[in-house]
Amino acid sequence: MNKFRKLFAGPYIVWVIGFTVLPILMILYYAFTNADGALTLQNVTAIAEPIHFKALLLSLRLALECTVICLLLSYPLAMILNGLKIKKQSFVVFIFVLPMWMNFMLRILAWQMLLSNNGIINSILQTLGFGGIQILNTPTAVVFGMVYDFLPFMILPIYNSMVKIRKDVIEAARDLGANNGIVFFRIIVPLTMPGVISGIIMVFVPALTSFVISDLLGGGKVLLIGNVIEQSFIKGMNWNLGSGLSIVLMIFVIASMAFMNSHSKETEGAAVW
Amino acid sequence: MVKKSIERIYLILIFLFLYLPIAVLIVLSFNNSKSRVSWGGFTFDWYMKLFQSDRIMNAFYTTIFITLVSAVISTIIGTLAAIGISAMKKKGKAIMLGATNIPLLNADIVTGISLMLLFVKFTKLGMSTVLLAHITFNIPYVILNVLPKLNGLSPNTYEAALDLGATPLYAFYKIVWPDIRPGVFSGFLMAVTMSLDDFSITYFTKGAGINTLSTMIYTELRKGIKPEMYALSTILFLIALILLLLMNYRSRENKQTVHIERK
Amino acid sequence: MGKKLIELQNINKSYNGTQILDDLNIYFNENKFLTLLGPSGCGKTTTLRLIGGFETPDSGRILFDGKDITDLAPNERKVNTVFQKYALFSHMTIAENIAFGLKISKKSKAYINDKVKYALKLVNLDGFENRSVDSLSGGQQQRIAIARAIVNEPKVLLLDEPLGALDLKLRQDMQYELIRLKNELGITFIYVTHDQEEALTMSDTIAVMNQGYIQQIGSPEDIYNEPCNAFVADFIGDSNIIDGVMLEDRLVSFLGIRHACEDVGFGHNQPVDVVIRPEDIELVEPSEGFMAGDITSVIFKGVHYEIEVMANRFEWLIHTTEFFSVGAHVGLKVIPFNIQIMHKPESSDEKAVDTNE
Repeated sequence: MNKFRKLFAGPYIVWVIGFTVLPILMILYYAFTNADGALTLQNVTAIAEPIHFKALLLSLRLALECTVICLLLSYPLAMILNGLKIKKQSFVVFIFVLPMWMNFMLRILAWQMLLSNNGIINSILQTLGFGGIQILNTPTAVVFGMVYDFLPFMILPIYNSMVKIRKDVIEAARDLGANNGIVFFRIIVPLTMPGVISGIIMVFVPALTSFVISDLLGGGKVLLIGNVIEQSFIKGMNWNLGSGLSIVLMIFVIASMAFMNSHSKETEGAAVW
Repeated sequence: MVKKSIERIYLILIFLFLYLPIAVLIVLSFNNSKSRVSWGGFTFDWYMKLFQSDRIMNAFYTTIFITLVSAVISTIIGTLAAIGISAMKKKGKAIMLGATNIPLLNADIVTGISLMLLFVKFTKLGMSTVLLAHITFNIPYVILNVLPKLNGLSPNTYEAALDLGATPLYAFYKIVWPDIRPGVFSGFLMAVTMSLDDFSITYFTKGAGINTLSTMIYTELRKGIKPEMYALSTILFLIALILLLLMNYRSRENKQTVHIERK
Repeated sequence: MGKKLIELQNINKSYNGTQILDDLNIYFNENKFLTLLGPSGCGKTTTLRLIGGFETPDSGRILFDGKDITDLAPNERKVNTVFQKYALFSHMTIAENIAFGLKISKKSKAYINDKVKYALKLVNLDGFENRSVDSLSGGQQQRIAIARAIVNEPKVLLLDEPLGALDLKLRQDMQYELIRLKNELGITFIYVTHDQEEALTMSDTIAVMNQGYIQQIGSPEDIYNEPCNAFVADFIGDSNIIDGVMLEDRLVSFLGIRHACEDVGFGHNQPVDVVIRPEDIELVEPSEGFMAGDITSVIFKGVHYEIEVMANRFEWLIHTTEFFSVGAHVGLKVIPFNIQIMHKPESSDEKAVDTNE
């Protein structure tokens, strides 16, 4: 029966080859050839050009800022949620995860509206007597938008890994003499590491590669590597360059994931939900 | 008790951070003035304009179509794939799971671009290419929802059915299917959600004539705010709420740890 | 007798509206193996957790060596607990698990290394220092949990049904291990279980609990041979419990016959419960017994045959090493010494009885 059952995966295998493997080969092809089809490395080394390099650095910086902020906000939140009475807990966690399921584009819209120069935040600040703040169209606005977008993706895996810690393990630690500090640093933190790493991956990678948020909240003044790549395809029509830079991006993504994985004994597999 | 108050305040602050923008959007959708700040009276005008706008409604129908079609197809392929993968030996399984993870972990932009590069070689970009793209990134979510259910099955129940005289097909339908059905359903719902939400991949694979809600909103946002967008936000927020309630109702019934349930 | 090491005074504890412990008074002597025995929900685990500090009583006091520890947190008490599901730290090695309490007490590295080695030797797991928790079997994990607790040299070790998840042979081995440990280390063991055989095997003293009350406290022999009420008689070992009437001292009537017994002080013509252990009944010729009946079932249990006899409309349970066939007509014989008389309970709830050691 098993031999027969394996065949069920057939359609999927075809799909994977056709729509996952082949496209990657396509990018590799375009990345390592120029417009005439000759082999070249220039599309990849183009990352070293000032504009591109600056964009990459800015992306790394903003993604890092976003990830750190999300982590700092999410960890205490997950702890508080975990400490709630069970009856309330599902409901409250539900509330915090709900925005994740709202349309990503519209959440950006919401922030664009709030942060704009005649938006609500500025009006409130002005009526209170402070000068208006110019946030929109700066990297700060982009980080705001990123955090807003990705926060639930950090909360969920951390919360899930916290929930898995059995109560009797904490009691055993106390029984052996641990105070709250020791329980936190030597029991809770290590046991939630897989969740933290999942969360970091789920935030850092999209943040690094995003272009929409910088487009809408950065007003064209914040150029991230994602924007550069997008522009080379849509406006510049230089597919080779775009592919080359994408390869660089993919290398960063793979590198950061490998780094993360080497620092954890067991990541939760792919189903981080 | 001080600790409890601090905790409560923190929860409320984060809650406000997450929901204030949405709340403002919803309020403004009823605002009888284009201003983002002052209230001009209650109105349903923007909702009316929303439904009257061809552009928006077209994008809406397109989105629904793409979402449902790709979700159904990816659920079928994904469920079959999960059944197949669960029957594989360690090595094959590992390879398949690795391949399944690639679209999940890969950056949206890279997936979108790579698919586009492939598509233009063979055809013009349009509805069919968008559908293919959506199915591609939806299948992994289905597999990751169905596979745990299959792995959790006791192998004995299926064998017991065969022992009692059932044909493999009958045994599957009566024994295996009821157990994996919740996983299939939640995989379907997740595919729907992912499709509804997607921008980047759709953006690169759709070509000139098609627009989903996400891509349409993107072009509109660059032109300037239209209050119809606020009305649209409110409606989409309600849809997300309902979908999530559905997913949770299902998983609570069947005691999965898929989303936010505590074991 | 030894001194009182732990004392619970007038403890009340309720949970979610249900009263778990009602005015509980109990004390535990030093250097003894003391077991709280009872069915699920009788309050034994709650009592243990109160001693460990994981629950606080609604009212009442807990004394340790004379000092009031009612409000002390678990990490401030000189007791250690072996948890039912082991509760090992899965992200640490075995050595780190065992050393956990010692590190907190800021012992020196050399001291810790020695102690860990010693503890592993004590539980027969030498050389397991660098193993991971996952790589161990259930029985091994249980022994590590014990090692982790005793390495801190507590005065009292609390054990919460630690052997429940092990198979029979392993459980029996571990029971002897625990007795050996207690003798070697000289610490007080407070053990919680619902398994009466376990309690009888290991304990110096057993406290039988039901519905939050202590039914009887005594040595295993006392509890087994002289149960003080129907609950204890029924819970410990198999019993035949029959409605009877105490006619006068040393004479009881039940099921239509009269029989000599050895109990006194129950009054005249008082309703009582009559308890006879299955292994105390002899199957004889119908004319030689106090009652006769037909054998309705015979089951081979290895150690003995379990035989049911229907006589005078009561289903008697007999344990014997002799084989009898189903349907045989037999007589039941018992010596007066083995008939145990108990007061009838005053209400359907058994109330607390005098708890003197």
